[in-house]
Amino acid sequence: MTKPRLALLTGAIIFAIYPLIVSSTFGQRVGVLVLLAALSGIAWNVIGGYAEQVSIGHAVFYGIGAYLPLLYYTRTQSNPVVMIPLAMALAALVALAIGIPTFRLRGHYFSMATLALGQLFVLGVTIAPALGGASGLSGPVEQNPWELSMRSPVPYYYVFLVALALMLALVAWLERHRVGFYLRAIQSSERAARSLGVPVYRYKLIALMISAALTALAGSFYALFVGFVNPDSVFGLLVSVQMVIVATLGGAGTLYGPLLGAAILVPTQEWANATFGGGGTGLSYVIYGAVIMVLTRFEPGGLLGLWKRLRFRAAASA
Amino acid sequence: MMNVLNFAHGEFVTLGMFTALLAFSFWHTGPLVFVPLAAVVLFVVGQVVYYALIRDVMRGPMFAQVLATFGLLLFIRYMLFWIFSPNYRTLPSTLLGGTAHVDGLYLNYPKVIAAVVAVVLTAAVYYLLVRTQIGSQMLAVAEDREAARLMGIDPDRVQALAWGISAACAGVAGALLATFYYISPDVGGTFVLFAFVAVTLGGFGSVPGAMLAGPIIGLVQVATAYYTSPEFAEIAVFTLFVLVLWVRPQGLLGRSIGGS
Repeated sequence: MTKPRLALLTGAIIFAIYPLIVSSTFGQRVGVLVLLAALSGIAWNVIGGYAEQVSIGHAVFYGIGAYLPLLYYTRTQSNPVVMIPLAMALAALVALAIGIPTFRLRGHYFSMATLALGQLFVLGVTIAPALGGASGLSGPVEQNPWELSMRSPVPYYYVFLVALALMLALVAWLERHRVGFYLRAIQSSERAARSLGVPVYRYKLIALMISAALTALAGSFYALFVGFVNPDSVFGLLVSVQMVIVATLGGAGTLYGPLLGAAILVPTQEWANATFGGGGTGLSYVIYGAVIMVLTRFEPGGLLGLWKRLRFRAAASA
Repeated sequence: MMNVLNFAHGEFVTLGMFTALLAFSFWHTGPLVFVPLAAVVLFVVGQVVYYALIRDVMRGPMFAQVLATFGLLLFIRYMLFWIFSPNYRTLPSTLLGGTAHVDGLYLNYPKVIAAVVAVVLTAAVYYLLVRTQIGSQMLAVAEDREAARLMGIDPDRVQALAWGISAACAGVAGALLATFYYISPDVGGTFVLFAFVAVTLGGFGSVPGAMLAGPIIGLVQVATAYYTSPEFAEIAVFTLFVLVLWVRPQGLLGRSIGGS
């Protein structure tokens, strides 16, 4: 068995048995949060990483995914889970509507436009009483596995883990197919890609729609796990930035980068919160910020870059 | 200017405000002292940030900048939070007090002075960029770092200077704002989004563009708040921004960009 395969298998086993080893609810909760962050990071990565179209407005799709099921539940008292596919479809449609004008923009202009659109959604939802306004929406209270409403984090963990595996398989498939090649061509030089006959605009739109649908799925999962959403918690700028951070820290444009990023970042954040968060001093964020800065300072291409270099060095010395 | 999206720019403004606050509480100095002081302090901060962080981050892809400057934002904001607590503070309004009454308009002195300094400072930065050697060097580095290096320009020195100047301007803005605005560790977030919008709307790297976009944003905000309701003010700004970019992808006064 080759080394990367071995690492992959070890990783998969660790993820599969994690909630069995860690018995504290806190630890299990952190596991679920890691998976949620990884899901949205992988989704963002499709357009942000592979094609380097740095969207800072993905919270729009996350928020749609989070709001639609809870809205449906609040209105009809029926199972919110059935709304997940619809939320994904809606997010893809919104992505199309957003992508058509914004993909004419390049670099920072695109990032800023997506950021502005994200802010528009926060503000819009906040002043819409039909959507719960600033106070948000709540999900089912009584336990019902079919509505993804349970007390223990463990079932959530496994549902999300299966979704993660499926999502990774999908992205791995994309990587090896035309979409993936085109996206990487766009990433290295949009102009060159265009002159070689890549339908740049169309493929950016396709990638954004896929990315949006997957982000919406992560949003739905978040909403059902936490059982409560408000404009800031799912549409906010921090949500968008968190996706960029998770994907970038691990290695944007790589399959496992976002997973690695989430596995490092979320526990760091939770640990800092639990250890230094007392008294509301904000020290936990100081540490969190410092960790991000140090990691980017020494490995701007993401941690998977470091891993590759180490392996290269090991191979060279062997 | 230097092709970096700095999420921590608002935090530089906050640092300027706290410099003013500290200078006032310890030495009871007025704006004549603490505004230049904030400029100097933030100039140093900008240089340190460049050499310690940004220089290496620039080697990576564009999203590394988002990551690093966001880390910096958290670090600065919550460091201030930790040291000073999240309380709102203000400088005594008598520091630069008074209101002028000109032809039916009530003008608040601190705001007038801040506006004048802002215009003068913008003009100075513009002059620096287009009329001096160091300015040309900055533009050259921004355009093509390697080519600039071949022309005998030290890109690090030039970019560090640009970061210093950029931070110093934010510091001056902060120190001036401190004379009439509340001071708290998270106040920077209020400004940075609008700064981004102003810079993008005007066109990245265009000083006159930002100077034009700033008042437009302010007017749209105030007009919307006045004619409809305050909650629509920000919505109007962001909508206008998206619409303008739709029509002019390079911003109002930005040069059209080729390549990627």
